[in-house]
Amino acid sequence: MTTLVIAEHDNAQLKGATLNAVAAAAKIGGDVHVLVVGANARAVADQAAQAAGVAKVLLADAPQLADGLAENVAAQVLAVASNYSHILFPATASGKNVAPRVAAKLDVAQISDIIGVESADTFQRPIYAGNAIATVQSADSVKVITVRTTGFDAVAAQGGSAAVEDIAAVADSGLSSFVGREVAKSDRPELAGARVVVSGGRGLGSAENFKILDPLADKLGAALGASRAAVDAGYAPNDWQVGQTGKIVAPQLYVAVGISGAIQHLAGMKDSKVIVAINKDPEAPIFGVADYGLVGDLFQVVPELTGAL
Amino acid sequence: MKVLVPVKRVVDYNVKVRVKSDQTGVDIANVKMSMNPFDEIAVEEATRLKEKGAVAEVVAVSCGVAQCQETLRTAMAIGADRGVLVQTDAELQPLAVAKLLKALVDKEKPQLVILGKQAIDDDANQTGQMLAALLDWPQATFASKVELADGKVTVTREVDGGLETLTLKLPAIVTTDLRLNEPRYVTLPNIMKAKKKQLDTVTPQDLGVDPAPRLKTLKVSEPPARKAGIKVADVAALVDKLKNEAKVV
Repeated sequence: MTTLVIAEHDNAQLKGATLNAVAAAAKIGGDVHVLVVGANARAVADQAAQAAGVAKVLLADAPQLADGLAENVAAQVLAVASNYSHILFPATASGKNVAPRVAAKLDVAQISDIIGVESADTFQRPIYAGNAIATVQSADSVKVITVRTTGFDAVAAQGGSAAVEDIAAVADSGLSSFVGREVAKSDRPELAGARVVVSGGRGLGSAENFKILDPLADKLGAALGASRAAVDAGYAPNDWQVGQTGKIVAPQLYVAVGISGAIQHLAGMKDSKVIVAINKDPEAPIFGVADYGLVGDLFQVVPELTGAL
Repeated sequence: MKVLVPVKRVVDYNVKVRVKSDQTGVDIANVKMSMNPFDEIAVEEATRLKEKGAVAEVVAVSCGVAQCQETLRTAMAIGADRGVLVQTDAELQPLAVAKLLKALVDKEKPQLVILGKQAIDDDANQTGQMLAALLDWPQATFASKVELADGKVTVTREVDGGLETLTLKLPAIVTTDLRLNEPRYVTLPNIMKAKKKQLDTVTPQDLGVDPAPRLKTLKVSEPPARKAGIKVADVAALVDKLKNEAKVV
């Protein structure tokens, strides 16, 4: 029994989500290998080789693998799939994009967003926006799985000493091509991995008002998040959205400001260790999950809180 | 050119589901059902492409019980030209749906299939990618912008950290994200017109597909409940709690 973890990276840095997926692989048992698919990505393979618990790193390095096109990445995974009992992807945008393509080609079911490993064939995953937890068993010969990164504590990034093995890159499928990328610039910690998240909702009222959260986030070293209402209204960029259809976060501290707490938003943050809600409506559902709630006008409370920290 | 739009009947997004006491699933008896929100966005996008003249026909497809007909009628009220129901009472998992859809694609020969990125009941986010794999077509998931031109589709996708743009050769698979469009409200006249549109029914057997589930659900349980929190009177009390009780700042 050997598990293959598909690395999440940008060709220069191994992303933290990979370390959470390796942790899930360790719970399954058996050897853990990591596959790095990219272009000029040797540095990523070297970082993966140092992760605790990794026995071997496979590196497929070629220009046609630079941009993570689903057709090429899936073909690369399939090229080595026969050696593995489990194939794990972090449940990131790229993992979710590629994993089902691999599963369908292998004619196996895929298990999405696991948050727990009961045994080598039985896993827990949330359904209905996290309102229920399903325990599912797979009888398929290969288990193709995406791992909810907040469900598993990351393994140490250092301490391992795996060998890196180069493997032959698959040819370009020719079916799709990469045109461009617009990366939102941010000096703040990455939302999905942040220790503290400060999120704003419709209650902020405008993109201008959203800036009221900046000093608070700076003070706390927090990532900024947003509810769907705030994103749809243009107060915050799309990739800040926390919820069923946005990012799933589980920080030590989640501060929800002017967020009512719809089911879809709670799906993305209710596993946070401590939740603080600031809302002027005492009946807002967010108070149902908040450890500490403060009823009040956020425009007074937020600056006051920033000052008091 | 023809576009196929798969739609799913799911528990309405506003309903907070309850887990059954025997842990066999969630209780969806007598609960409001609706079209999966991402599928509405898919139907809307296909309809808009048709209104621009880029598409000749929009075919909506649903797999499941007889009541999925209502979902198909909604799709036709938004703008789909006709509907196909793959009727079965069997539990359908994404791989089975992808296989049913592949059989329909082989029959209908669309150039583009637009699906929602995920259904809000099983939250799987698999079917579109699986269909693309079975057909060996290119895929663009989580689309926030779709443009058809010169035998190609250019799609802007929502990815972690921003947006990326891809060009796919047709035929292709696109899955919708929330920001792609705002689905129109269906009007009464369009609901009436939709009743007259063609709706064909086939079975998985007709399509030569075995829809048997591959994953066995052993149990469905309540998520761990959070212990009740408290309301604090002012900022000073909040800071005190965060520093001394929760110790998170």
